[in-house]
Amino acid sequence: MDGQRLSLLKKIMALEFTCVDFNLYLDTHPEDYRALAEYNAASEALLAAKKEYENLYGPLTNYGSTPSPQAWRWIDEPWPWETTF
Amino acid sequence: MWIFEKKLEYPVRVGGPNPRLAKVIITQYGGPDGELAASLRYLTQRYTMPLPQAKAVLTDIGTEELAHMEIVATLVYNLIKDAPLEEIKRAGLDGYYADHDRALYFVNAAGAPWTATYIQSKGDPVTDLHENMAAEQKARSTYEYLIQLSDDPDVSDTLKFLREREIVHFQRFGETLNLVHEYLDRKKYY
Repeated sequence: MDGQRLSLLKKIMALEFTCVDFNLYLDTHPEDYRALAEYNAASEALLAAKKEYENLYGPLTNYGSTPSPQAWRWIDEPWPWETTF
Repeated sequence: MWIFEKKLEYPVRVGGPNPRLAKVIITQYGGPDGELAASLRYLTQRYTMPLPQAKAVLTDIGTEELAHMEIVATLVYNLIKDAPLEEIKRAGLDGYYADHDRALYFVNAAGAPWTATYIQSKGDPVTDLHENMAAEQKARSTYEYLIQLSDDPDVSDTLKFLREREIVHFQRFGETLNLVHEYLDRKKYY
């Protein structure tokens, strides 16, 4: 995985981790609207970063969450356990 | 339904083959306080939770534990994939090798296979949430022992992330328990 791809992947991982942590917090604090705004901001940034990554390197998710124009790129390596960080 | 994401929740990097370390880390894959047990425990308890917040917490933490199982598997896979047979023997992993080669299997550090008796699903939300809080503490302790046993700083970095998540999950389960207590008290008096 080249440097540019890895740095975009790491950006996605960081943004999604932000969303995971806010998600768990919001499950028990659904009325915290400041946290909700943070979640929504991170979610928007995450969607944009994923779109950029998927356009360049193929789908990150299966089962129709992302279309695969021209070629079926879901089978492309590396899989998560093969990525060198 | 679940959607798979072709990425890890946190980066995994190993300094080199290390079957000795793999032999102990595998307990967080298939051991009593490991990620498989955690995930299956929460995902099976969620059906009988009385509150929407509790159903969400168990679904979301159960799902995050699946991502942790993948991180632990990635650690073990990368620690043994290029290990020479001599090193595997020296690490005492030859028994494992006889049954599984360098494949991933659900065992604890001593080689005992995963069992559903590691987990409970009691139907009483107060009981189940206490079990989950204890489970998070047990996993935190295990990660601390693994960090003490680790001689690979890259592996320790990933183990520290996993340890921190146990603390956050413990906190969320505690808040969920308070919400369930409030709900049960309301039911009692009105």
